[in-house]
Amino acid sequence: MPPHENNTEAIETMTDLQTHAEDIVAQFSDHLDLAADDVEERLDNLVNEYQVPVDEARRSVVNSYLDEAGLERDALGGGDNASVRLAEIEQDEQWLDVTAKVVELWETRSDSVAQVGLLGDESGTTKFVAFETSDLPALEENAVYRLENLVTDEYQGNFSVKLNRTTTITEVDETVEVGDDAETVEGALVDIQSGSGLIKRCPEADCTRVLQNGRCSEHGDVEGEFDLRIKGVLDDGEAVHEVIFDRESTEALTGTTIEAAKQMAMDALDTTVVIDEMRGGVLGRYYRVSGPQFGRYVLVDEFERLSDSVDAEAALIEARSI
Amino acid sequence: MSQAPTREVARRVFAREFNDASHTFKESDDERAPVYLLLPTGERANRVFLVGTLTEKEDVGEDDEYWRGRIVDPTGTFFVYAGQYQPDAASTLRDLEPPAYVSVVGKPRTYETDDGGINVSVRPESITAVDATTRDRWVVEAATRTLERVAAVDDEGNEYARMARDEYDLPVADYRETALAALEGLDETDELGGDIPPAEP
Repeated sequence: MPPHENNTEAIETMTDLQTHAEDIVAQFSDHLDLAADDVEERLDNLVNEYQVPVDEARRSVVNSYLDEAGLERDALGGGDNASVRLAEIEQDEQWLDVTAKVVELWETRSDSVAQVGLLGDESGTTKFVAFETSDLPALEENAVYRLENLVTDEYQGNFSVKLNRTTTITEVDETVEVGDDAETVEGALVDIQSGSGLIKRCPEADCTRVLQNGRCSEHGDVEGEFDLRIKGVLDDGEAVHEVIFDRESTEALTGTTIEAAKQMAMDALDTTVVIDEMRGGVLGRYYRVSGPQFGRYVLVDEFERLSDSVDAEAALIEARSI
Repeated sequence: MSQAPTREVARRVFAREFNDASHTFKESDDERAPVYLLLPTGERANRVFLVGTLTEKEDVGEDDEYWRGRIVDPTGTFFVYAGQYQPDAASTLRDLEPPAYVSVVGKPRTYETDDGGINVSVRPESITAVDATTRDRWVVEAATRTLERVAAVDDEGNEYARMARDEYDLPVADYRETALAALEGLDETDELGGDIPPAEP
């Protein structure tokens, strides 16, 4: 896409160029004392006068500075970008370079999002988003990439990374063992919270908020889409853990499919019969669940009902030692 | 930073110890502050989780339904009361046919009897029918938690153990014995062996 299509684009390009310029200054900070304005001017000349794509312009400018400093490309580090492991990100708007595997690609819910999914490294996984406007090559599932110039983002205490127009993507021939940052908790299911059972979600792109009386807190009255979930509390007598079973795990947990749940609700002219029906089958039993921690909640990826017979003899031996 | 009040943990305590408790207290002057029952082994309980055998149920209400259930564990009997303000638990009690294994999540309640004693009961938040393996797992868990509490009564800084010494004159070592006996009981049932618990409906 030529960067001079319209004014908005032009302004965006300018800010982008500024960002690129600052990056380049940072990259050379150990070697050359560059002024961001000068760098930006050189980029601007290539991009806006000679219609060179931004990446190519950046490359060309960097090369000329490399020559000036008598350096090989390899001598440049990732500028002042942090190398933070994915599961250990704890700062908003931090620039990062990572080598990561694309663990999952998710369906995008919005036209402005080109790709969304999970990136993983040894520390664990984090969500990534690439926007259409950044015009980046598509990432492939299970491939490993060196990604430079990502920026972190925070939403309600959870961190993700955004790919942007300045991000460089290089597929690398490395294996990455993705770490397991899932939480595993177990205990008796002592409560099912409101908002469980057959619920309706806002159908607006990228919204998915749960409707209260047919209203979305963001989009007002909407025709909701049915979903199934259980927000539960696991308690082991020492601590409580809040967990969310999504549609798939709720179906597996309760044996009730969303279709059956809809039918129950239709017959009763009431959606609350669904959770009332489910309560008796799951409350007061022991479960072990694991999945990523998201705010207060563990999002259940896997669960098992602890229904093996207990080994009384082993329990007794252990108990005598307490 | 303001924070939503944290949910109270459901303590695991055998009926014998639960029924020996009588002292309740709050930790703040706020009218809505949680009320805790002081367990003799030195822990505060605002909520309990128990699994046992429902042996009897009776509607003891005069005008409205008010169900009383007797739930038996290896050490004694829990009394559970559910009325119009616990509609789910009340309807479960109405529908269940004793004997049946049940899980109960609930709040300890105390009341003074005519002769000045203190009775302790459970006001259920939920009651559900469960199977024998869930019951056995609870017995192991309750025994383990009890033994842990007993082991910690002399720990420095165990304020609830100190409170229990001040409020009660109860031989804490007995709770250790009852917990071990409960586990021995399970072990014997195991050896009698082969009684595969019926599958849950």
